[in-house]
Amino acid sequence: MDVVVLSGKGGTGKTTIATNLSKILGYAYVDCDVEEPNGYIFLKPKISEEKEVKLWNPTMNNNCLLCGRCVTACEYNALVKVLDKIMIFEELCHGCGACQLACDNEAIEGFDRTIGILKKNHEFAMGQLNLREPMGGPIISVLKKETNHFEHRILDAPPGTSCSVVKAVQGSDYAILVTEPTAFGLHDLKLAIQLIQDMKIPFGVIINRYESHTLIDDYLNDMNIPCIGRVPFSREAAVQYSKGDLLIESEKYHQVFEAIGHQVRRLL
Amino acid sequence: MRIVVISGKGGTGKTTVTASYAHLSQSMTVKVDCDVDASNLHLMFPTKVHERYGFKGAKKAVVEDWNCSLCGRCISSCKFEALSMNDKVIVSDLLCEGCGACRYACPSDAIRLEAVTTGDVILSEMPNGLISRAEMIPGEEGSGKLVSEVRKQADRSERDHQLLDGSPGIGCSVIASITGTDVGVVVTEPTQSGLEDMKRVLALMKHFDVVPYVLINKYDINEDIVRAIETLCLGEKIEIIGKVPFDSKVNLAINQGTPIVAFKDSVAGRAIEKSFYKLKERILS
Repeated sequence: MDVVVLSGKGGTGKTTIATNLSKILGYAYVDCDVEEPNGYIFLKPKISEEKEVKLWNPTMNNNCLLCGRCVTACEYNALVKVLDKIMIFEELCHGCGACQLACDNEAIEGFDRTIGILKKNHEFAMGQLNLREPMGGPIISVLKKETNHFEHRILDAPPGTSCSVVKAVQGSDYAILVTEPTAFGLHDLKLAIQLIQDMKIPFGVIINRYESHTLIDDYLNDMNIPCIGRVPFSREAAVQYSKGDLLIESEKYHQVFEAIGHQVRRLL
Repeated sequence: MRIVVISGKGGTGKTTVTASYAHLSQSMTVKVDCDVDASNLHLMFPTKVHERYGFKGAKKAVVEDWNCSLCGRCISSCKFEALSMNDKVIVSDLLCEGCGACRYACPSDAIRLEAVTTGDVILSEMPNGLISRAEMIPGEEGSGKLVSEVRKQADRSERDHQLLDGSPGIGCSVIASITGTDVGVVVTEPTQSGLEDMKRVLALMKHFDVVPYVLINKYDINEDIVRAIETLCLGEKIEIIGKVPFDSKVNLAINQGTPIVAFKDSVAGRAIEKSFYKLKERILS
C-alpha cells in the first residue's frame, strides 16, 4: 500500500505530514524530494545501506564514422559533433539510448554515471540528487524500485506539479494533498488536484497551520473534496519543527495525527 | 542586472520577498516568475494580460496503429516504461519523455514524435512594469525549458533590470532560473531543513557564478539556527542583507493580494523594505 504526500506549493508541510504520519501508521518513509530531502532530519534514521544512483550515458568507440546520426537522434541536444569527435554534455543526457539505436555502426557503448545517492534501512529510504545535476526523476524511479518490498510506504513527493512529482505519485493507492490557508496555498492546491485527478488516484486534503475557517474550507466544500485533517497552527509547533523534532512528540499533536491516521486507515 | 530570489527549501518566503521588491522597484524592472509549475507572484498585483501563447516544450511518442506489427520492440527499448501492450501499443503521456528511442527500435516505421504544448507563456502589465510568467500544464515534462521561454520573453521586453522569482529545489527549473543572473537573494528560515537546503542552493550558485546574499525570514523562530546561518555566511563571506521577524500579517497580506511592504504596520514589511534598500546600495556600489 502506497500513500503519497504532495502539495503543489512548497513549504506547506509535506514532510511534516509524511514523517509524523509514517510513525503513527507504522509505514516505511520514502523521501522522493531528491532535490532537497529533509525527512531524515526528523526521523534520524540509522542508515544500513548506501549506494550510488547511476544513469547510462553514451560513449563512442573506434567504430564511429562521425556520421552524426546520434546527434540528430538526441532530443535533448546532449550530443554535438565537433571536428573529429562526438561530444557529450552529460547533464543534458536522459540516458534514453536513442543514440545507440540510431547508430548504424555499433559505435556507441556506454557507461554509468553517478547522479545521486540512495540511503536506506528497513523502514526508511531517501534519494539525494548531486549538485549541478538537473534531473531527479531517475533517482525517484530507482528509489521506488529499491523499496518496493516494503509492505506499506509513505512517499514524500517534491513540490510543484512537474515530471518529478509524477514519478513520485505514479502507482500510489492514495494521495494526501497538503495545503496552507493562504491564497498561494489554494492556487497551487488546485493545480495538484488537477494532476491527481488526471492520474485517477483517490485523494484527500490536509490543511496545515490551521487557525480558523479558511478559504480552503470553502473551496473543498464547494468542490465536494474530503478534508481528512486540519493541523492547527502554533508557535510551539513551528519551534519544534525548526529544531528537527517530530510534532507527535507533543501530546496535542499526537492526537491530531492519530485522528488523521485513523481517517487514512479507514479510507484504505 | 538580473536579480534572482531563491531558497532551496519551499515556502520560506521567496514570493513574499519578490512581490515586495517588485513593488519597491522601478518600472524599468521586468518581473519574471520562474516558478512555472506553481506560479504565485502575479496574485499579488492587479495585472492585465498583454500576450499569451502556448509553448511546445516537449515531445511525445505517437504510435500509428496501421503500421504497427505489435512486435513489442518499442516496449523493451523504452527506459521510462512509458509503453505497454494491450491489443495495441499504448503510450503513457505522463511517463513518455519524448526521447524517441522507440522510433529507432521500431522496424515498421510506426512511431513518430509529436510536439506537445507544455504550458502557456504570459506577459502582463502590472502597476509598475511588466511580469513574464507561465502556467505549466500539471504533470508535463520540461519545466526547465518553460522557465527558459519565460526568461526569453522577459529579455524581449528590453528592460534594464530583471527581478526573478525562483522555484524550490536545485534541479532543472532552478538551474534554468539562475543561469546568467548576476545576484541571488537566498531567502531562508532558521529551521534545520531551511539551513540544509540553503547550503545546497548556495553551492549551486557558486558554480553558476551568481553573487549570493542571504535574507533570514521568521528569524525569531529559532535563534540558535540563526547563529548557525550567520557563522556559515561569515565563513563563506556572504552578507546577510536582512532578518525578518515572524509576522501573522504576512498571510493576511497574501490573502488580500497586497505585497507585505505595502501593508500597514507590518514589522515583516519594514524589515523586507530595509533589505531592499540595502541590496540596492550594494548593487549600485
